[in-house]
Formats: sequence, structure tokens, C-alpha cells
Amino acid sequence: MNKILIIAEHDGQKLNDSTFKCVSCANKIENSEIDIVVLCGGDSRLAETASKIDNVNTVIEIENEANNHQIAAVIAPQIQSIADDYTHIFGPSTTFGKDLMPRIAACLDVNQISDIMEVIEPFKFKRPIYAGNVIITIEASQSKKVIATIRTASFSTAEQRNQAPIKKITVEAKLPTHTRFKSIQSGKTDRPDLQTAKKVVSGGRALGSSENFKIIYDLADTLNAGAGASRAAVDAGYVPNEMQVGQTGKIIAPDLYIAIGISGAIQHLTGIKDAGTIVAINKDEDAPIFEVADIGLVGDLFKIVPELQEALNSD
Amino acid sequence: MKKIIVGLKRVIDYNVRVRVRSDGNGVETDGVKMSINPFDEIALEEALRIKENSKANEVIVVSIGSNDSQQQLRTGLAMGADRAILIETNSILEPLTISKLFYEIVTREQPLLVFLGKQAIDNDNNQVGQMLAALWNRPQATFASKVTLNDDTAEVIREIDSGLETIEIDLPAVITADLRLNEPRYVKLPDIMKAKQKPLEVIAIDDLSVAQKNTSNTLKTEQPEQRKKGIVVNDAAELLVELKNKGLV
Repeated sequence: MNKILIIAEHDGQKLNDSTFKCVSCANKIENSEIDIVVLCGGDSRLAETASKIDNVNTVIEIENEANNHQIAAVIAPQIQSIADDYTHIFGPSTTFGKDLMPRIAACLDVNQISDIMEVIEPFKFKRPIYAGNVIITIEASQSKKVIATIRTASFSTAEQRNQAPIKKITVEAKLPTHTRFKSIQSGKTDRPDLQTAKKVVSGGRALGSSENFKIIYDLADTLNAGAGASRAAVDAGYVPNEMQVGQTGKIIAPDLYIAIGISGAIQHLTGIKDAGTIVAINKDEDAPIFEVADIGLVGDLFKIVPELQEALNSD
Repeated sequence: MKKIIVGLKRVIDYNVRVRVRSDGNGVETDGVKMSINPFDEIALEEALRIKENSKANEVIVVSIGSNDSQQQLRTGLAMGADRAILIETNSILEPLTISKLFYEIVTREQPLLVFLGKQAIDNDNNQVGQMLAALWNRPQATFASKVTLNDDTAEVIREIDSGLETIEIDLPAVITADLRLNEPRYVKLPDIMKAKQKPLEVIAIDDLSVAQKNTSNTLKTEQPEQRKKGIVVNDAAELLVELKNKGLV
């Protein structure tokens, strides 16, 4: 019997979609029982949401003021104190999970497998290396726990038709105070979340300025899409970092991805290789983005995008 | 003495198109250009700036790998590091083992800060900084895009999925560098000459009491499935037709 613990990601209000994807990954491990642990400051609705996810056996809720902000050094000892029962401990390969899981792994003196993209057997997985240009099959020792991050773009969102029991526990572990949350700065947007949006419209350096990004936002709004950007556009200061798509930004898998004025550096392509349909609009017909685009359109984005916008508006 | 330790990993250069070896056993490295992992270079740049602002006295670059890693350490010295340490091994070690080896150096040197790249661009593991912080029982500030050093604390802005998070950490601590932390300096020829005189200590891995047994096994290395090149349309109207045909708008 494999016992899997998934560490829920949330912002204090809402469970992140990445948690549902971790459950989908765990579901691929045969002969298993899945628990979710929610570490929170005091809101029990998070545990309630987690308890509805299909195939979840038990939700463990650890309430503690120290969990108001999700700090890896604070969470790790709490996970360590409940880790004994489990063969596998999973977190998402979002910045939350990437920060946290190795800390847990080291506390438990086990290695970690990063970015699981496919489960072959309970201890055998596929993962990308070299920015997704190489895939390796890796087998973990069965005598140790598997601590892993799950590449969320490789898995679907688990359904919510369940009613798992919620077990509230307190943890005796001594929690450090050496790391303190100060503030978070994020661009407020009503657009669909980049990581879960069915459609995404992204702009690159060719947009030329933050003002010009308006045509990206307008198109995104018309399509009810999330808005993204290439690293070059973020580096140039046109848009905030949370919009970056690619190896060091967000790895996404929307049904439709429209890349506008993005040349398609390999690190960007890593972030979109699981997209359903990729559309590329670029004036350089030799841009690498056209090698992976399902639909390519060579031309001036400042002419094409407004035309597309107008055609959509008049539909 | 305020010391900063910076980890430098020797990796296949950022611009090389990586190929799987024909025997399916790892990737081709023969005759391939090797460099410092770009994130580590950013980490080193930040450490050097901290020293130049008189907030640290010494920058020590550390690498774990084959004797060839001396090249990357020499580059680090040419950038401005004061001395280098190579833990020499020909084995490919897992991140936890690497972290334990780093911890040996940390115990010996007692640094104010350890600066690492957030991940190495070969295995993309993104683990060593966090693991080292756990073993050391000290704070970690991963994915740093701005670091402000005070007397016994540091304020770090981190690039996270939802935006920019600011945290305060007590020192000593581990910080891992993200892309936008800085732009590393270019190495000048006279500095390369000077770097040859700087101390580079080589420690045989067996002289450190860290078990080197790997717990996982790479069974297969393969090229991913490639996306196929699609169609080309001529204008916005044609694009819209295609999108409608696919039911996407």
C-alpha cells in the first residue's frame, strides 16, 4: 500500500489549482491512499474544499498562527512531524512547492524528485531536464520516501465530488521565527489566472512598451484569456514578473496560446509545450516560435492584432 | 571576518543545443562548451557587489565536481572572488549529497551568507539552496530579485508566482538568485591573469565524511516528443477562420 501526502497550496483564501493537479498525479500511483494536509492560519474553508477532491482519503488540517504566511522553514518541521506514515510526499512545482519540498526532503534525509511529468510505476517517474529538451526516467529507492514536486502542466485538475473526513491536529514541533513575511506586491487583475486559464495571450519584446501591451490585454479580455509575456518583455519592464511564461516563469498548458511578437527562445517554448493549439504572430518568418506553432501568421503585430480584435468584436 | 560562500556549477553552456547520447546514456558532453551555471554567475555578482559595498570581507567560490571545474572557479576568481575551493569527485551526485558537502564547507568557514543560483540549467533540480538551509537550520530566501543587507538581517524580494514577495531573514542564511537580481560583469583579461595567483584549494571528496551513495537511478535518457510545425495563414481573417474551425473562439 502506498500512502501519499499532498501539501495543499493556498493564499489563505483559496486552494490553488496546483493542489488538484497533485491529486491527479497521485491518482496515477496504483494501490494508494491519498491524504491532503492544509496548513493554515485559521480558516477552515480551505480544508473543506480539499475534502471535496475525488479520491482523497483524509484531509489533515494544521491550524497555527505561524501558518498565516506559507514560509518553507516554518512548514517543513510540521510536515516532518507527520511524515512517518507516508511512502510519498508531493507538492506542486510552483514557486511555493519548489521553495518548500527540498527543505522537507533534507529534514527527512531523503532526496527529492523534481517536476514529475509522468508516473510509470509507484517509484518510477519521468521528468524533464535541460529546460525540457531531454526527458529522463528515474527510479527512486523503495526503501526511502519519495519526496517530489509535480509538474502541474502535465496533469489535469481533479474533480470535486467527494466528502472526505477532516482531521484537525496540532503539531508540537518548535517553529523558527528567523524568517518573516513583510509584504507582497502583485498586479491585481480580473483576468483568468495565467496558470489555469483555458486561453492565454502573450506578448514579447516586440510590443516595445508597457503602453503597447494594451492591445495584448484587450485581445485577452475579448477572448476571456489570461495575459502572459516573454522573459524579454518582463526584463524590459513592460509587464510584472508574474506574467512571465517559460522555464523560469510559469509552465502552462492552455487549450489556446497566442504568442504575439515572441521569437520563441527555447526557455519560452518549455513553458508552452503542453498547450493545445499554439498561434504565433511575428514579423520574422524565421523566428523559432513558428517551428512549434500550429497556426503561424507572419506580419506586423501592430496591424494584425487590431484587425483580429476588430474581427472578433464584429462577430 | 564576514564571508560569503558562492556555489559555482560547471554546466553545458546556455547556448548549446543539448543532445542525448546515441547510446541513450545521458547527454553528449564531448567537445561541448562548458560554463558557469548562469544563475550561479548572478549569485556571484551579487556577492561581489555586497563585498564592494563593504558589507562583507571575503567571497569564496566553491564547486563540487571533476577537476575540470577548476576552469569555472578560475573564472569566478577573475570576476573578483578572493579564493576558491573545489571538492573533487568524478561521480554524479544527488542534490542532497551536494548539500551535505556544502554544509561541510559552511561548518568550516562559518559564512555570513551562502549565495547559490536558484537552479542549475542542466538537471533543473532547484534543490540545493533549500536543502543546505535545512541542514544548517538557517533561513532560506529563494528566487531573490533584490537583496538588501543590514547588520544581522537581510531583506529579500522574491519572485513568486503571484508577484513579488518581501521577506526579512536573520543572518546567516542561504539566498538563491533569480534572473533579475543583477547582470553579471564581464571578465577582463588582466583579471584572468591575476586570478591565476589566487588560492584554489582542492579537497578530495573522500576526505570529507559525507556518504556518496545515490538513492535513485536514471534508467533512460531520451529526446522529448517534438511538436509538429503547423500551417501558415495570411491575415487576421484567415486566422479567425482557423480558430473557429477548431472551436477555440
